[in-house]
Amino acid sequence: MSTRLAKGGRFLDKGKPVTFTFNGKRLKGYEGDTLASALLANGQVMVGRSFKYHRPRGIVASGAEEPNALMNHGAGGTFEPNQRATTTELYDGLQAGSQNHWPNLEFDVGAINAGFSRFLTAGFYYKMFIHPRPLWKHVYEPFIRQSAGLGKAPKEQDADTYEHFNVNVDVLVIGGGIAGLQAALAAGKSGAKVLVIEQTAHWGGRAMVDEPLAEGRIGGAPVDKFVEETRAALEKMPNVSMRLRLMGAGVYDHGYVLGYERLTDHAPTAAGPRHRLWRIRAKRIVTATGAIERPLSFAGNDVPGVMLASAVRDYVVNFGVSVGDRVVVVTNNDSAYLTAIAMKKAGLEVPCILDARPEGGGALMQAAQDLGIPVETGKAIAKVKGTRRVTGVAICVQAGEGAVLKEIACDAVAMSGGWSPVVHLWSHCGGKLTWDTGHAHFRPDVDNPPRDDAGEAFVIPVGTANGAMHIALALEDAEMSGRAAAKAAGHKPKPVATPDVTSPQEAAMEPVWLMPQGAPYELRMKAWLDFQNDVKVSDVQLAAQEGFESVEHAKRYTTLGMATDQGKLSNINGLAILSDALGQPIPQTGTTTFRPPYTPISMGAIAGEARGAVFQPIRRTPMQAWHDAHGADWEPVGHWRRPYAYPRSSESVHDAVMREVKNTRQALGLLDASTLGKIIVKGPDAGRFLDMMYTNMMSTLKVGKCRYGLMCSENGFLTDDGVVARIDEDTWLCHTTSGGADSVHGHMEEWLQTEWWDWKVYTANVTEQYAQIAVVGPNARKVLEKLGGMDVSKEALGFMEWKEGEIAGIPARAFRISFSGELSYEIAVPASQGLAFWEALMEAGAEFGAMPYGTEALHIMRAEKGFIMIGDETDGTVIPQDLGLHWALSKKKDDYLGKRAQERSHMADPTRWKLVGLETVDGAVLPDGAYAVAEGTNANGQRNVQGRVTSTYHSPTLDRGIAMGLVLHGPDRMGEVIEFPGVDGKTYKAKIVDPVFYDKDGEKQNV
Amino acid sequence: MLILHCPYCGVDADETELHAGGEAHVKRYGPGSSDAEFESYLFVRENPKGVHFERWRHANGCGKWFHAARCTSTLEVFGTYSAQTTEPPQEIKDKISAKRPGWSWREFA
Repeated sequence: MSTRLAKGGRFLDKGKPVTFTFNGKRLKGYEGDTLASALLANGQVMVGRSFKYHRPRGIVASGAEEPNALMNHGAGGTFEPNQRATTTELYDGLQAGSQNHWPNLEFDVGAINAGFSRFLTAGFYYKMFIHPRPLWKHVYEPFIRQSAGLGKAPKEQDADTYEHFNVNVDVLVIGGGIAGLQAALAAGKSGAKVLVIEQTAHWGGRAMVDEPLAEGRIGGAPVDKFVEETRAALEKMPNVSMRLRLMGAGVYDHGYVLGYERLTDHAPTAAGPRHRLWRIRAKRIVTATGAIERPLSFAGNDVPGVMLASAVRDYVVNFGVSVGDRVVVVTNNDSAYLTAIAMKKAGLEVPCILDARPEGGGALMQAAQDLGIPVETGKAIAKVKGTRRVTGVAICVQAGEGAVLKEIACDAVAMSGGWSPVVHLWSHCGGKLTWDTGHAHFRPDVDNPPRDDAGEAFVIPVGTANGAMHIALALEDAEMSGRAAAKAAGHKPKPVATPDVTSPQEAAMEPVWLMPQGAPYELRMKAWLDFQNDVKVSDVQLAAQEGFESVEHAKRYTTLGMATDQGKLSNINGLAILSDALGQPIPQTGTTTFRPPYTPISMGAIAGEARGAVFQPIRRTPMQAWHDAHGADWEPVGHWRRPYAYPRSSESVHDAVMREVKNTRQALGLLDASTLGKIIVKGPDAGRFLDMMYTNMMSTLKVGKCRYGLMCSENGFLTDDGVVARIDEDTWLCHTTSGGADSVHGHMEEWLQTEWWDWKVYTANVTEQYAQIAVVGPNARKVLEKLGGMDVSKEALGFMEWKEGEIAGIPARAFRISFSGELSYEIAVPASQGLAFWEALMEAGAEFGAMPYGTEALHIMRAEKGFIMIGDETDGTVIPQDLGLHWALSKKKDDYLGKRAQERSHMADPTRWKLVGLETVDGAVLPDGAYAVAEGTNANGQRNVQGRVTSTYHSPTLDRGIAMGLVLHGPDRMGEVIEFPGVDGKTYKAKIVDPVFYDKDGEKQNV
Repeated sequence: MLILHCPYCGVDADETELHAGGEAHVKRYGPGSSDAEFESYLFVRENPKGVHFERWRHANGCGKWFHAARCTSTLEVFGTYSAQTTEPPQEIKDKISAKRPGWSWREFA
């Protein structure tokens, strides 16, 4: 049984007991506990089930590398799955639950999978579920979805708030252990602006646990004194900032770092945001991220109670928790002896230390033996006894094949397979690694660092993260690198005295990748590499045998290292096994790619404040509030919101649209067209420039006249359209689509700046400077005449002309253009007077039947007239010729954007689908996007097609369905009926007709 | 996230302020060009591991286009310069030669 010890626990405040629940059970802990230490203190060693075989799993580690203890945490709006118990600080009222079991943790139906484990080897999904194909959808997939996966997705909206934070520093130190603190001190004293961040709630790191056990001293004093003094010195420096609970999540190009700060996870009732995402720009990044202990691969190494040796002593020293009364220690290096010493000093039993090295260890082995702990050298664990809890271990020789020498009863096993520097942050942005044979680990290759814009290394690894595995080396390394970082950031480096360090030297470790080295298949298939994804030694060997030789392939085939812990414990052991299977040295196999984030960060932190109303800025026209007050049903158009229609009380949106169309055609409609793009193009070369931008000839447009123009990409495809007005000799005003103004302006600037930079042209996007109102319908002129001012008679302002003046006392520019086929004026006024002008029109128009209309009425009226809409008739693959717009393609011009492209054979192909009108035989409305079928089937057995619907509406004017579409040889097939199968199972028949359904001769707009 | 110096407004701009515009020094072919020329203009691009010339726009800044010479492998930036040129300035080419002797890119070296 794991339990709370009477003494010890340097993190605990025993005066502050807290209560929490695990799977509904009320348990007690102390402030300072993690969820993991509190569970262990309550005897809860088994905390979950494994992913594939649903095997019982216990806590393995004490930090971010924990693979097993993933919890459902919180409830309702604060529920979150997959939270590591080892990094969850305990608070009063915490609710946690174990994952991946059914019906409960102790009894789990899925555990039956373990009985079939011989058949659930690497790649079994690929092998098993291929045939027969229909079974995948109806049998395999539902079953796998039910049994696989870890936590449940939250069902409620996240109740917490989050924020982003931007900061620039000279030197960012990631990691608050002794190396990080010493590096920060050196950089800080040199005058650099320093930020030191530490992912846990405590400064000092591993040395705070290990050095007191090893009787190591810094400057003649215990390590905690050095840490406290250094911390205090840093705290005093105005150029140094320090943050706890802030993890370096990722390192990106040119010194950009994402930090993940957990502000209130340990105190959920505190005010303020829960998490903060730090966006840090640093000239130099010092990674003092320490090292992670590796497990050993022996049969049953996943049984609850088998833990990392470092974690076992962390729980004793930091939390006053013993993981068992009798702990067997198994190791290939000296550090695990500290665990034995810690247990013994806490009054617990260590029946035996198994040291796989034939010669055993150095000074620490002697220290352990002096405490009376038996040490067996050259020995290994053949297998662990027990299922839900360790009950004992069978001992064998490491050199052999697992013949059992004896069995030892114990309730926990502390294992150490050596240490791997945390090289993640070094590697994120391209830092390379080198294999250190002495320590059997990868450490940063400082000759191949991530580089900044000047080509210099911008990440500097220090301490154990740099493979400096003794604290004397680590402190020296950190001091030197802290200075170097400050210097690179432009400061004069000042040395910091390196204190005298006494700490026992460790004997050489010996790589042990499999225990015992000759373990037969029966043992290898119980020797876990990746606990979370259930990958065993035998799986990796099978992958190699089946030809997955690249480490990246073997990873994906076996899923080694692909779980939420991203292989922090498993990767090195896995690739050692792979290398052995391939008969090649480990560096030749290499590692998989380290990608950010270091540990999973919350989606909330990534989103920050960007949610709800502030997710995206909304652009508003001057009349927006009026529309809102008059019941507008909104439609998003780019960043704008436009009224789709103005339904009246008890009127449906559809009925409102019908009414708006009829009223506009019969009386008077008003449209807020302010969103229409407006770009001024001015200069001696403006005409020449617009001749390149538009397919039409714009340079010949007379002052005072308007012309409809098309814009194509250089690839020939139609991208935008709009009316161009010539304002004066060297000024044109280009109208664009509502969504297109910014991109069209960008497009113009791109060509002006990068191709025709010697042309004298200026552009200005004045879209928001004007409010624009379309006054449309037979009564349009009447209302304007009533308001008074500018002469808007047919003679004074003809169709496709524009004029400047005053209407209702407001300065106005009136364009006689029509997108509806009715008598129509589009009137631009200064944005500040838009609302006043709109209200004046509504008031004066009352006697003429004025009503506002929305975008849907606009769309129907343009479709009744056969006018195309960018985004409906075009989709990035359509050229003007497809739409019968040959008349808008100037034949007099040598060149315009898209002209050369439209000469390509595919563009000139007569079988390109062409625009036609479509009239359903029974008056129904064609389904949007429906395809017209042709005879026969294609190579995939699908019906051949001969056209598709691009716009389709119910026309209230004609009281029938009308549509436009692109049809093979369409214009030559007038009167022919073609079929459109709908997704509703019905087949719609439509006759090919002219796309202009209404007022073909244009008499109504030209009055 | 890259930092590039905008040669127009003088700001060291974060990548979030910038808009990438693909390869620099592409020669435009219009009507009258052969299919091969037009294809090379519209579709054929370098994909080097090493020295590269790119177009960038300081989109959320001064709005100007400029060119950048940088190493796609180490992310080292050799320099930024005006977009209103058909070839990299000699000064930039010299900087690259100093760091990557023997480099070449399209017709430049």
